[in-house]
Amino acid sequence: MSILSARGVALSFGTTPALRGAGLDVDAGEIVAIMGPSGSGKSTLLHCLAGILVPDEGEIHFDGRRIDTLGETERSALRRDRFGFVFQFGQLVPELTAEENVALPLLLGGVRRAEAVRSAREWFPRLGLDGLEERRSGELSGGQAQRVALARGLVARPRVLFADEPTGALDSLTGEQVMDLLVDSARAEGTTVVVVTHEPRVAAYADREVVVRDGKAYPLSAEAAVS
Amino acid sequence: MTVPLTLLGLLEREPSHGYDLKRDYDAFFGRGKPLSFEQVYNTLGRLARDGKVVVGEVGPGEGPDRKRYIITERGATEVDAWLAEPVEPEPHLQTTLFAKVTLALMLGRRAEAYLDTQRAAHLKRMRELTEIKRGGELVDALLADHGLFHLEADLRWIELTAARLDALAERVRR
Repeated sequence: MSILSARGVALSFGTTPALRGAGLDVDAGEIVAIMGPSGSGKSTLLHCLAGILVPDEGEIHFDGRRIDTLGETERSALRRDRFGFVFQFGQLVPELTAEENVALPLLLGGVRRAEAVRSAREWFPRLGLDGLEERRSGELSGGQAQRVALARGLVARPRVLFADEPTGALDSLTGEQVMDLLVDSARAEGTTVVVVTHEPRVAAYADREVVVRDGKAYPLSAEAAVS
Repeated sequence: MTVPLTLLGLLEREPSHGYDLKRDYDAFFGRGKPLSFEQVYNTLGRLARDGKVVVGEVGPGEGPDRKRYIITERGATEVDAWLAEPVEPEPHLQTTLFAKVTLALMLGRRAEAYLDTQRAAHLKRMRELTEIKRGGELVDALLADHGLFHLEADLRWIELTAARLDALAERVRR
């Protein structure tokens, strides 16, 4: 049963087409990697699936509900309450401590501060971040910052976690640790994951891959190609 | 894997019986392709003949397992030289992948579909290796990593070739 689907999604930036009828179905609890060369439209597809961008044509459905026709306020609420995000550069708020960064989605969702911070703290030992709760982003290594970003992406227990090049700024070993934690946490929480990556080693953590080429999404199959 | 040099290297740690050598070889280097005792003792016999090992004290009882092998200066020099030498980088210029893509284009077939199928097969194997790595011990992880990086290199080539198919098609159909 698909929790997330895109049908015939097209989107242009000015006169430049980024997506040209892309389609994709993601099952609940599945980890799907979206791959493709630079400029293929893979991040644009993720942004459409997550309700960040609205396609010019086509439909996006989440949990049986069409979301591309919703207004900005409703999509914003959906992103806050149902989706989690991890981006390439963590994008932590530099003025906040690591703990406050993790608590942010809960605070924005109206959870009381004490409760939000308590929930945020639970993630620190799970992601090997013990003792770093009070640090600001400038006092964290790249790998630590990305784990804090991962905790922030998962703290509100989203149905879907969207990750855009989550290890792109990390060395191989640190990137691997982040992916191990991302996959373990998502599996433990039953969270669906859509990860955009150009790195095959990251895609290898997914249950399956789709490749975006020229604005369309193609599922990959190891069955012999028909000539 | 060069069995004689690996056994010599193991002997440089400490003098050992053939049984111990086989056990350590299989644990670290065999990985699903264990040595037979016959291979071990034949190799040790050749190393002894060539003056790279000598047989030390012989324990009580009978049979080849009683012998303890000791590396000689000549053997140790050979191990040193081998460890210092880089492995020949193999460019794999004429791989099956290359042949399939080029032939597909020459024959007017869909090389892109073949590349996608190959990409899926590579990723499937990478998933298996990632699982092995995540569940295994450090030695398994290192071996899986070696496989993963090589498969990744192939995938980069596949990616680049996919982007150049039109130009390649023009070139080979002349």
